Formats: sequence, C-alpha cells, structure tokens
Amino acid sequence: MEQKLKHVDIPSSEITPESLYLSRRDWLKVMGIVSAGALLAACAPKLSGITATGSGSSPETQGAPVPDNAHGQTADEFGNPLNTFDEIANYNNYYEFSTAKDAVASLAADFKSTPWAVEVDGLVQNPRTWSLDELLRFEQKERVYRLRCVEAWSMVIPWTGFQLSDLLAEAAPMASAKYVEFTTLMDEEQMPGVGSRFYPWPYTEGLRLDEAMHRLTILATGLYGKPLPNQDGAPLRLVVPWKYGFKSIKAIVRIRLTEERPQTFWNTIAPDEYGFYSNVNPEVDHPRWSQATERRIGELSRRDTLMFNGYGGEVAGLYAGMDLSINY
Amino acid sequence: MRHFPWLRILVHIIGWLPLAKLIFDFAAHNLTVNPIQEIEQRLGRAALYFLAAALAITPVHTLTGWRSVLPRRRALGLYAFFYASLHFLTFAGLDYGFNLAQILDLVTTKPYIIAGTLAFSLLVPLAVTSFDYFIRRMKKNWKRLHRLVYPAGLIVIVHFVWARKGNLFQLQGDVLQPLLWGLLVVFLLILRIPAARKWVSGLRQSIMGRRRAQTHAEK
Repeated sequence: MEQKLKHVDIPSSEITPESLYLSRRDWLKVMGIVSAGALLAACAPKLSGITATGSGSSPETQGAPVPDNAHGQTADEFGNPLNTFDEIANYNNYYEFSTAKDAVASLAADFKSTPWAVEVDGLVQNPRTWSLDELLRFEQKERVYRLRCVEAWSMVIPWTGFQLSDLLAEAAPMASAKYVEFTTLMDEEQMPGVGSRFYPWPYTEGLRLDEAMHRLTILATGLYGKPLPNQDGAPLRLVVPWKYGFKSIKAIVRIRLTEERPQTFWNTIAPDEYGFYSNVNPEVDHPRWSQATERRIGELSRRDTLMFNGYGGEVAGLYAGMDLSINY
Repeated sequence: MRHFPWLRILVHIIGWLPLAKLIFDFAAHNLTVNPIQEIEQRLGRAALYFLAAALAITPVHTLTGWRSVLPRRRALGLYAFFYASLHFLTFAGLDYGFNLAQILDLVTTKPYIIAGTLAFSLLVPLAVTSFDYFIRRMKKNWKRLHRLVYPAGLIVIVHFVWARKGNLFQLQGDVLQPLLWGLLVVFLLILRIPAARKWVSGLRQSIMGRRRAQTHAEK
C-alpha cells in the first residue's frame, strides 16, 4: 500500500519565485486612481472582462480545463493573475481566531500545526489515523483556483495539495457511505475565538461523496510553493473551488464518512442563508445580499460572479436534474 | 463670563478623528487587502458612533443635570450625517462605480441595503433643517421632525445586524457588536419615555439631595 503513494519532492530551485508569480500591485498608485476608476465605471456599462450567462456551460464562462498540475502558472485558466502571497495570508475568515479578517494572521502566528494527525473513519473499510508526513506522500500538485467568499470577495490562489479522492481511495468507503464530514481542530488554548458562545464549535463541513471524489476537490497543504500559513488553515485544509469559501474547511483533524448528511457550521447557524451545497451561483442570492457580482481582491471594480465560480464545465454534471434554487 | 469652550472643541476634535485615522491608514497601506470594503465599513461604524452619541445627549442631561452637553447635540448629529454620507458615497461610488441600475436594484431589493438607505434618507431632512434659521422658523414642527432620529437609530441597527453573517434572534453568528450597539440605542431611547425620564431625574435629585444633606451634616 505504501509503495502506491508517490512522494513528490519539489526542489526549491524549481519553485517559482514570488516576484515572477506576480507583479505586485502598487497600492499607492492603484488607490490614486480610485476616484478616476469610479468615474470611469459610471460611464462603462461593464468593466469586468467576463460575462456570466448563468448556465455554467456556455463557452464564455469556461476557460480551458483546470490543469492537473499548474506548476509555475501565473494565472488561472481565464488568464486572471494570481493574488499575492501577502493578500492571501493577511485576509482570512477564520473565526476560531478572530472575526476580523486582518487580525487572524497575528493571532495564528504561534499556532502549532506539527505534529498533526487526521482521523479518517466512519463508513470506511480502512479506518486509521494519518500523520501529516504520511499525507504529504500523496502526489502533491499545484492547483490555481479562484476562491469566492460568500461575502462577495474573491482571490486567485496557487494551492499545493493532493486530491481528496487519493485519500478516500485508501480509506475505501463502504457502499453505504453517502457523505463526507470534516471537522476542524477545536483548541480553546490556541484559538481565542472558540470561546465565543455565538457559534456551534467545532467547525464542521460536509460534501456529498461524489463531490468529495471530484478531481477538483483537494486537501491543500501549501500555497505559493510554501507550507500552508497558519492563518490559511495549516497544516491541512479542504479546497472546493466551485463552492463558497466557507465550505473549504481549515485545520482538519477528522474526516468521517457517513450515510446521513452531516451537520455543517454555517448551515446550523442560519439554514435559510447557508445551504448544504453552497455552490457559487450568481442567480441565487443570499437572502440578505446579492451574489451577482464580486470584488476580486486587488481590483477596483466589481466583476460578475460566474456560475459554479467558472468550474461549471467540470462540475455542473454533479447537479444534473437538481433545482439549485432549492438546493442552494 | 463665557468659559473656554473646551467641550465644543473636544467634540470637533473627536468628530474629525475617524476621517483622520482613515486617511492616515490609507497612506500607511493599513486598510487590509480589501480597502474599499474597509473604508465603507469604517465610515458606517463612525456614523453609528456619532448617532449614538447624539442620542445620548438627552439621557446624559437627564442623568447628570449637566446642561452644557445640550448644545453639543447638533454637531454630533451632523458628524453622524457627515459619516453616513461618506459611507453611502463609498457604497455607490467606490464599491459600485456609480452603476445606477445596479445600485437601484440593491437599494430596492436587498434587505440590509434597504434598511441602510432608509435610515440615511431619514437623516437628510434633519441635516438640512439643522440651521438656526429652521429652528426659529419651524417652531414646534422642528422638534416633531427631528424625532425622526429615533426610528433612524433603530433602522441603522437593523442595517448593521443584517449586514453581518449570523442570526440575531437566535444569538448565532457574528452578532455581538450589532447586539451591543442595539442594546445601547434601545436603552437611550427608553430613557426618553416620560415615565423613565421622570424616574431617572427623580433618582438624581434624591441622590443629590442626600449628598447635599450629607455635606451639610459633615459641616
């Protein structure tokens, strides 16, 4: 069994330096033209390059298929440039530490992500606990994904990680397994936010088994070729790029296969606002705000949100025949 | 003899503080990687702080009998309006690029934006009629009109709650801040109900009376 796991060792010389990954936006310059941009936007009906038609299958909403390994890629398949490491590492929704997105990085600075163990159990033939080192032996790939937060901001992020399907194949789900439940570490000593009584800790999330087995669903272990920063969910987080960001659960300690649909964190807090599926969908608004547009971090004007976050070509089939306004 | 107007100067210093800090943090690149949202939210919070401060003037006077706070209410209310205007401008301009069709859609369909727009439109006539000229001219109606600040205060809290992820009634989610501000605003409004007001000023007078009696006895 062990031989099947391929250890991919990327020499540091091969990792694209950050300066090549991105042309760092000069904020002073950018913000200097804020007012001009606002005026321009008043004249231009649409500044965003991509127009969502909502079907998810029309050519405009699909770039090239997402490459299996995007090593050294500086843009997503639509040509959208990557967000900078600083942007990705300083704007984090991670309520275990703080509800202030710019406060998480410093609060998580001393978080202990090693040693780390992930329990994989429930309806599987091979339940066991995996150490992080063991998980890093799964084929590590670089994937450039858009991340669309339910709060209507987005980023383009170069993750490193492995397909969840690789791990689940080792666990061997039983025929009765229909869902996968994920649980975040709940450590009140390290995570000051966990003391808040306003939330149903620990953070849990869930996927249907076929969503979990999809090639785009990864367990990320790094970004920009570096180990995952604590504030981004070190040492191991889920990334499901066609769903709102809160589905991509951080600091995972348990993966359990179940027959029943698992309880999930935001769905427990407000079931009519955060559905189990939570696929990115510009046509199904959050009850209190619009999901039609988003602000890409680093950009001045909003862009149209794409159906399934632009991954419809690969994932729309998972939801064939489902009414997505009911199964939001 | 007129005293040095330190309270008046203090109000104006505090009034410009949020904007000064915003400009400072902008220059220092300290507005997160999503500066437009940060600017928008900070201006909104500043508007709320000043609105709450303006609403606190009457209760503070009732509680303490301190008369010199009363003339400061107008400036506080106008700072609230000033920051609410900047907040709205940031929403319409920086955030939505003055895209009128989109803004109109949001303003008419999205609950938290409906609430925010409503609260802001209630403040507009109050700011317009804040000059002495209107106070003299409108007489009793001026006071009547300016009671609109009470519903505005409550609607602003609804706007704040609905803009957050969570559910206030089930006390779930990111609701602590709006909850505390909501309780404060409700408390400030309750203190205006004649019975509450009477009770509080009665309380004050009996405390002051007792103190006076005490100092008298000590002599």
